[in-house]
Amino acid sequence: MLGKGLLQGLAVTAKNLVGSYHDPARYVTQEYPEVQPKLPEAYRNFPFLVSETADDPMGTLRCVACQICEKECPPQCIYIEKSKDKKPDANGKLQIYPAVFAIDTAVCMSCQICVEVCPFDAIKMDQEFAIAATDRFDGLLLNREQLAKPNAYYHQIHPTEASEVDARLAAERRAAEEKARLAAAAKAAAPKAAAPTAAAAPGVPAASASPGSIPPPGPPPSSS
Amino acid sequence: MESPEALRDRLLARFPGASLELVANGSPSGQVSFRIDPAFLREVARFLRDDPELALDQCSNVTGLDSPDREVVETVKESQPGAPGGPPVVTERKQTRIAPGHLEVIYHLYSVARRHGPVILRARTGNRTDAVSLPSLTPVWRSCEFQEREVFDLYGVVFEGHPDLRRILMWDAFTGHPMRKDYVEPDDYEWEPTPHGDVLAKARRHYPSAAAPGAAQPSP
Amino acid sequence: MMLPDPASTGLARVRKIEGSALGLRTPAFAPEEGAGDLLEVSLGPHHPSTHGVFRMDVVLDGERIVRLKPVFGYLHRNHEKLGEGTSYLGSMPYTDRLDYLNSMTNNWAYAIAVEKLAGIAVTERAEYIRVILAELSRLLNHTCLAGFLMQDCGCSGTPLMYAFREREKILDLFESLSGSRMMCNFQRFGGCRVDPSAEWLAATRKLVDGYGAFLDEFEALLSGNEIVMARTQGVGRLPAALAVNAGVTGPMLRASGVGHDLRKVDGYGVYPRFNFRVPIGREGDVYDRYMVRMLEMRESISILDQALRGLPGGPILDPKSKQRGLRPKAGEAYGRIEGPKGEIGFFLVSDGTGNPTRYRVRAPSFVNLTILEDLCLGHSVADAVIILGSIDIVLGEVDR
Repeated sequence: MLGKGLLQGLAVTAKNLVGSYHDPARYVTQEYPEVQPKLPEAYRNFPFLVSETADDPMGTLRCVACQICEKECPPQCIYIEKSKDKKPDANGKLQIYPAVFAIDTAVCMSCQICVEVCPFDAIKMDQEFAIAATDRFDGLLLNREQLAKPNAYYHQIHPTEASEVDARLAAERRAAEEKARLAAAAKAAAPKAAAPTAAAAPGVPAASASPGSIPPPGPPPSSS
Repeated sequence: MESPEALRDRLLARFPGASLELVANGSPSGQVSFRIDPAFLREVARFLRDDPELALDQCSNVTGLDSPDREVVETVKESQPGAPGGPPVVTERKQTRIAPGHLEVIYHLYSVARRHGPVILRARTGNRTDAVSLPSLTPVWRSCEFQEREVFDLYGVVFEGHPDLRRILMWDAFTGHPMRKDYVEPDDYEWEPTPHGDVLAKARRHYPSAAAPGAAQPSP
Repeated sequence: MMLPDPASTGLARVRKIEGSALGLRTPAFAPEEGAGDLLEVSLGPHHPSTHGVFRMDVVLDGERIVRLKPVFGYLHRNHEKLGEGTSYLGSMPYTDRLDYLNSMTNNWAYAIAVEKLAGIAVTERAEYIRVILAELSRLLNHTCLAGFLMQDCGCSGTPLMYAFREREKILDLFESLSGSRMMCNFQRFGGCRVDPSAEWLAATRKLVDGYGAFLDEFEALLSGNEIVMARTQGVGRLPAALAVNAGVTGPMLRASGVGHDLRKVDGYGVYPRFNFRVPIGREGDVYDRYMVRMLEMRESISILDQALRGLPGGPILDPKSKQRGLRPKAGEAYGRIEGPKGEIGFFLVSDGTGNPTRYRVRAPSFVNLTILEDLCLGHSVADAVIILGSIDIVLGEVDR
């Protein structure tokens, strides 16, 4: 019968019209911004730099300015300048730090390759998406201070991933301490024929435990 | 499908006088290809399409390739007669020569009817400047029509016998062929300084007054 | 339905101006002298029915099209040149932006090309995950296409909104797995990036189980609708011989009655393990192209069901596999898969360095557009709009 298909179609639209009042599967829109979207844990937007603490973000950045992310970034939106001096990292080991670390979020395409290639778990993906700005440079070219966010924030947005990273970093730290301890023990047990300076060597990594030997983490040279 | 060597022999028997070379492929993919004399390209293509055993009825992909002129350093051995009765004196000398560049077009052929492939054809132009024409395969496979226009647009290969050879991705007034290796991009497009030296330097060159030093420096 | 009688369409008044020296090329038409003025119209580039920034230079004789030249390139960013300047890994997120509806299949096609080039084996679990994501992507693409096509026919809004509602559910799955709805950047050489959790798999199972019901409803709305049939049947017929010769692939080729599906022909990945059929059309018109896609979605649901049930354990990526700093041996490889729009292939030439010397994308939308003029000749402008819609183009891929 001609028109049967049309009537069938009208029945479908009627079902959807009624369904949109009571069936969540048929009424899926949200009243943004009154209702904020519930983002999945994996959601990624732009990168941020992980710092160990919130009090001293510049002093506890995990980034050691190795520039791998800068090289691998497909659209080349990362700009890093290495520091001239060294600062102790979370483990107390002296490391180079980024004197300049800028990400041009107008160029960034949120591909996450910087996160994948970072060997230090220092750069992670943020979930902040409402970042409209009135000026292309003031608002969208993010510098080191704007990029740094504490590890606690990372735990807040990606809890599973952050716990894995923390566990891995802790295991690496333990392994390194164990290795240093074994090396020290081996050297101590070595025959006295070894030069006396070698015996003193094990003390060097341990020296990081004494805070007095660390230069105070003053303001980075380029932040003025 | 027959082996590439058998196919080469069959083609050589069918087209005496055609220069046909089997190009090896160093990658694990093992996709070997046939480099064909442009003069015979269309005849060979038509044969491959119509041969009942091959029935390569689909030209899936047309690729342009640019090989610029490059310097080749060669070691030349020269032997001069030495002292009477003694061995000849051999001197080695390094010389550089310019290996002329060329443009190349690669066709990936498959058979929909017999479900095999790819058979890969390649043909080279004489050089990159004035002898850049190759016969078009659009009369054999319609699928080449837009793809050859693209190769013409981006590489500058002129396809003889193409029904409608115009630029396709770039606009008609555009000059140059952007996919060539030696293409220099213009510095007067709409620029936006980024944290990167290259773009910034280019912007300063083109707009010395606009891009004042420090305007786009990242301000940490 | 048959094509209308030529005498009633105005075709009787036109004569051939080009011989058919080009084999299968459909001859262009021009009016006889004194038959009336021709009108040249530019359709697009900024129009919803052109599916992006796309223009058609149309010459009209009354309402009938006597010449049509597609003009594109507005979105051209020389993707292939970018690929030459980027590392193998770095090109992966760029492939998301080709056919931006189907980043999962673009990723897979590129990964297959690199795996062929460098001789990388893929882990078993990753092969299954790839199939699951590719079939979800096919569902998403075909659902959207049906919505867009109906929009082009003039069904203002309703089917498209239903299609987008369901699409969003698939995009939610992509987002919770890869972190991004459309720019997934998910596949890696030899596997994929994230291992789906049990919750994700359960959510996918739920969607797959419910998708058949949505399709039933969608088809009740559209497939038997008399207006849709009158509008699409007999429009834009594509003969099988021309389709093959013109390199047309995907649902468009199958609608013309050619049973060519790379999932069967090449049997890449683990597709040979699944039991599915390849729907083909008979008339090769717009309605068949719509119907083939609807039937393909049913098969995709079946594949998804089998893949979810058969998903093996194990690693998704060999931990020693190299992603960054990949330097394949000098050589070349062409890898292709059956994307939702047709054969998507990548041709890579390596010279042994970290960047390919040639990175070529064989985009299905681009090649399928070749026969647009042939399909539209003799039809009205309104038909040209739905013919373009039935080809299923995405300008990100056409223009590259």
